[in-house]
Amino acid sequence: MKNKEDIRVVVGMSGGVDSSVTALLLKEQGYDVIGIFMKNWDDTDESGMCTATEDFDDVVRVCNQLDIPYYAVNFEKQYWDKVFTYFLDEYKKGRTPNPDVMCNKEIKFKAFLDHALALGADYVATGHYAQVEKVGDSYRMLRGVDENKDQTYFLNQLSDEVLSKVMFPLGHLPKKEVRKIATEHDLATANKKDSTGICFIGERNFKDFLSEYLPAQPGNMTTLNGEIKGKHDGLMYYTLGQRQGLGIGGAGEPWFVVGKNVEENVLYVEQGYHHDALYADGLIASQLNWINEEPDNKPFSCTAKFRYRQKDSGVTVHPLEDGRVKVTFDQPERAITPGQAVVFYQDEVCLGGGTIDIILKDEKQLDYVG
Amino acid sequence: MKQIYLDHAATTPMDPAVIDEMTDSLKNLYGNPSSIHSFGRKARQALDKVRRTTAKVIGADEKEVTFTSGGTEANNLALIGTAFRNKSKGNHIITTKIEHHAVLHAAEYLEKNGFRVTYLDVDKDGMLDVEKLKASLTQETILVSVMMVNNETGVFQPISEIGQLIKDHQAYFHTDAVQALGLTNIHVDNLSVDLLTVSSHKINGPKGLGVLYVKKGTKLDSRQHGGEQERKRRPGTENVAGIIGFGKALEIAEEKKQVRKETYLSFKELFLKILDKNEISYYINGSKNNTIEHIINLSFPGTNVESLLTNFDLEGIAASSGSACSAGSVEPSHVLVSMYGSENSRIINSIRFSFGLANDLSQVELAANKIAKIVKRLTK
Repeated sequence: MKNKEDIRVVVGMSGGVDSSVTALLLKEQGYDVIGIFMKNWDDTDESGMCTATEDFDDVVRVCNQLDIPYYAVNFEKQYWDKVFTYFLDEYKKGRTPNPDVMCNKEIKFKAFLDHALALGADYVATGHYAQVEKVGDSYRMLRGVDENKDQTYFLNQLSDEVLSKVMFPLGHLPKKEVRKIATEHDLATANKKDSTGICFIGERNFKDFLSEYLPAQPGNMTTLNGEIKGKHDGLMYYTLGQRQGLGIGGAGEPWFVVGKNVEENVLYVEQGYHHDALYADGLIASQLNWINEEPDNKPFSCTAKFRYRQKDSGVTVHPLEDGRVKVTFDQPERAITPGQAVVFYQDEVCLGGGTIDIILKDEKQLDYVG
Repeated sequence: MKQIYLDHAATTPMDPAVIDEMTDSLKNLYGNPSSIHSFGRKARQALDKVRRTTAKVIGADEKEVTFTSGGTEANNLALIGTAFRNKSKGNHIITTKIEHHAVLHAAEYLEKNGFRVTYLDVDKDGMLDVEKLKASLTQETILVSVMMVNNETGVFQPISEIGQLIKDHQAYFHTDAVQALGLTNIHVDNLSVDLLTVSSHKINGPKGLGVLYVKKGTKLDSRQHGGEQERKRRPGTENVAGIIGFGKALEIAEEKKQVRKETYLSFKELFLKILDKNEISYYINGSKNNTIEHIINLSFPGTNVESLLTNFDLEGIAASSGSACSAGSVEPSHVLVSMYGSENSRIINSIRFSFGLANDLSQVELAANKIAKIVKRLTK
């Protein structure tokens, strides 16, 4: 086996506290650590500054503190082609995409991994809260120890082969501990706020951002029975189960988005958080990725997440002949959203996941969810 | 691992003799050159000496030499200073698309302030066509700024021809000669320039020191305001040690010019020979014959800049390409875009190697072999 100082680990550094501590821990463990900043989005303003400027500056400061080399790599084109185009296409279809899942699949653990390997890297490491475990000759992905931060949901499209070249040094740590390590080492990013939302939108208003790329078509907001309740600003601005921004007044319980009709440009709303129309008992997912062995054709029980940071729910997975799966829920689930990922777990092990395509209730497709 | 520095066009190591002179001046010459006592006179005396050396090297008068904080400040002073002062004569400026950002961004600033700027493209050899410039001249033109040697490709621009062309025109003629100094004969009268920029750290002198030659009678506004230093063109207590270091570096550069030219040319030839021997495919960006000795810019088909530069650095080889954006990633070179257009793959796979004091033949050989190996691996 190689000595640690001969094992080259390329760390994907974003300028945030998590990837900073990732690099720190690997350096302390004695690896040959290199920090690389990915520039995936161009929002350069007139003065030549972009959001990435500050972030890269933080990467530089941390790497200098750690005395490791740092570089940057530009994946703007790949990101645009593989992630952003998908992102817009999904919105055009009235779905709610998950660009982070796609970014991990196509950029961080493909383009970036290839770049790192071409630099002689043995591994890439990121600050994701997830764990890789070697079992025999294969590699499994386990949830991060910090339940609240676990990011395996976003990593569900990785393969066992990719995992064999990946390190997640934060997977066994609670977030609090990561901050503490950063503070103890006086890292330049120790007090930096965590980024929120979708990376390329940043702190900007989501509606304003999306309207720059997709024409907004205002239309009617109706109940499922066709009673007009108001106007919507464009279907893409709404997601299932949403309450904010509907602007429907009046008495009684608050109103929620329960579905969309893309052809007729109608947004369906109903009253009450627990309205029956928001509940489903199954789904069909495509784009399936199984991290380790593919399941055979028999149905099996496991748990699943339909959104990030949601508690697991008991489900039964029924593999279909066309490679998709039908998933039936132990209990009815609220606001299952087409375009989001469904991710499967067996206890702590993430089995993989897919994209939610069709929502089922009593074995029938819920056509009003879009 | 042995580190090899092939980025002398970015900056150069200081000559030990320069360091000695500067150290001595830092210890002994702390007087303010403007003071009228012996301490001040001693410092002033040292400045005068460098001013005389500089003037002599570029064929100017001592009074035409203005010390600045570097090439960027000198270029800004030249462009913005003359434009603002001469706007009653016209509002048009001509420059090229391959200038250093210290010229380009100063020109953009002038555009924001009501001036009209023509940015000329260069041809595939990286050269400006003087006829194009001629066609762009108008009665409104008050300034023409064209660099002497391009910092990315090393290609010489036809400065004396341009000088001849606009000799009788009202426009001032500025050349950024930062990359030319040390290996080229620069004579302001032969070039017919009114303004000329050089920088100390490109010729093994200290960073933070540049010179703007301002021909007698040239009208320009200063960019900063304060005391009487540098004929008020550049007020502020002089960087005495820096000026002394620059003076020494300039003396040495002039003395060794011929030897260095031959040496760097032999480095370039050996470098290419080794790439050829390893059957590496590459293109030379820019004219083959009209290029300064120490710079070579190569395109490696099937690679990309970021991967090349990072791999080189991990093998201890320092080179560069285009310009890094503020977020660290490498932006396509504006120079290569002007030469080949924005769709040509050369703009994303080209590297500049530049030789200098830090190199010897065995290093160049070692570096070329390592580079060949990396390029081979990346194009497999």
